[in-house]
Amino acid sequence: MRDRTLWTWHVFAGLVILVILGLHMAVMHLDAILGIFNPAGGHPVDWANVVARAQQTFFAVTYVVLLGAALFHGLYGLRTIIFELGIGSGLKTTVSGVLVLGGLAMFAFGAWAAWASHTLARTQ
Amino acid sequence: MLDTNGHPNRLGLWGWLGGGRWGLERYLYTLHRLTGLGLLAYFLLHIIVTSARAYGEEAWLASMARVTGPLFVVGEYLVFVAFAFHGLNGLRLVLVELGWAIGKPIEPVYPYRTSVDVQRPLALGVMVLAGLVIIAGGADFFLLH
Amino acid sequence: MTTFTNVTFRIRRYDPASQPQPVWEDHTLPYAGGMTVLDGLRTLKETVLPTLAWRSSCRMGVCGSCGMFINGRPRLACNTQVTELGTSLVTVAPLPNFRIIRDLVPDLRPMFDAHAALMPHIIRDDEDEMEEPTNEYWQTPHQLEEFLQFTYCIKCGCCMAACPTFATDPAYSGPMPLGQAHRYNTDSRDGGFGARRAVLGGDRGPWKCHYAGECSQACPKGVDPARAIQLMKRQLVFDYLRLWKQPSPARLAVVPAEVKRRADVPEAPARTI
Repeated sequence: MRDRTLWTWHVFAGLVILVILGLHMAVMHLDAILGIFNPAGGHPVDWANVVARAQQTFFAVTYVVLLGAALFHGLYGLRTIIFELGIGSGLKTTVSGVLVLGGLAMFAFGAWAAWASHTLARTQ
Repeated sequence: MLDTNGHPNRLGLWGWLGGGRWGLERYLYTLHRLTGLGLLAYFLLHIIVTSARAYGEEAWLASMARVTGPLFVVGEYLVFVAFAFHGLNGLRLVLVELGWAIGKPIEPVYPYRTSVDVQRPLALGVMVLAGLVIIAGGADFFLLH
Repeated sequence: MTTFTNVTFRIRRYDPASQPQPVWEDHTLPYAGGMTVLDGLRTLKETVLPTLAWRSSCRMGVCGSCGMFINGRPRLACNTQVTELGTSLVTVAPLPNFRIIRDLVPDLRPMFDAHAALMPHIIRDDEDEMEEPTNEYWQTPHQLEEFLQFTYCIKCGCCMAACPTFATDPAYSGPMPLGQAHRYNTDSRDGGFGARRAVLGGDRGPWKCHYAGECSQACPKGVDPARAIQLMKRQLVFDYLRLWKQPSPARLAVVPAEVKRRADVPEAPARTI
């Protein structure tokens, strides 16, 4: 049953990513065409724009959701590709373990950064 | 009994890239894997690079300074292209793999019309859509800045 | 219409007992009208290659014995006209992704083992009725159409040779076994979804299929295993989300006893059960 559960959540995560990352890409890379969520003008990665977005709880929350969904989706995809190389079961356990631990570490770090910058931006 | 161990006769990775009929969906499958791996690699670095904003303006500017220049712009555009393809092709795959875009079982009459033919317009449609997003992104990346 | 005076067969020969690697051999023979690849192989065996080994039986695309890798695609040798290949060079190799027993004979046992593991048969509680049938089970034409396409499978292995996942991962069940498991999952007479789910929910299930679509394009019978596998995923995922439940298996067809036949309606044919 585990593969069915993981695959179903892989698909759900993909749809979540499509929406949130779609917005992220529109904000960051279609700025000259759409010009959304960049109140200070200039480039989307200018500090003023970064702070303006980080102040909003909406962005802090969606960053964490996107982080979790993308890590799960991407690492499960990588695991599928590695498993389909026809590796042995011992190696499969090792790969799963490394990906789970690495994914959790990246999630903890990224979620901390999103929340810390949210708190920091509100004090500015 | 039968000694068949000498030659494995498996297509191996060549089977992922080609090996059969070379249909459109086979290329989309390969591209989906490659773009997925590329996006994952970028994403892991992206988490580390952009986390600098948590340390304040100076750390952010220092981090951004490390990833500027024409090479990074082109690299970021490739990530944008990969996302446009992977996302829209992924949407097709959700519709196909959950059985919405492949049609009902039919009586097979030669020449066979398979589920691959049923979802082909969708495959072409999402590719056109991805193309439009990629062109819009290209204009934003290279012309409007 | 293409015709040729001569056709060259490039055949990959291999005897695991005496050869370390397969070798390609070229043999040219005169083209005869309507020649299939199997006809060519037979002519060669009768004339210059008495030791050439392959499997074939019905020579009309029914038995599923002569699946071979012909000009880069898995096909039935008996169903492939030399002219439809568009070239007078016919390359013939055993089906990929299976070990070779000899020459063009692949070892299909892994496929049949995977097939058997997915319980490709009707599973019901009423075993007495199954062993000693007293009546037919209800099934409407509409219910039949849900799986009829998948019953045309002849287990030739062409889909397994075309599958990119099976090309690297021998642990994947493959298109044929999964398609056949779906054929029984959707049979209205079957009640075995729960039993098959225990296997299909794990790593022998359809989750390593990513819809490259090759199996359906390679299938010489139009069975469309890729469609069966996606519909199977749909059932399994919807079952996981509690959005779908396998209906209880069809009951015995009850013949109404109270009804009188009208004089202008002909009598039903004799019952087979």
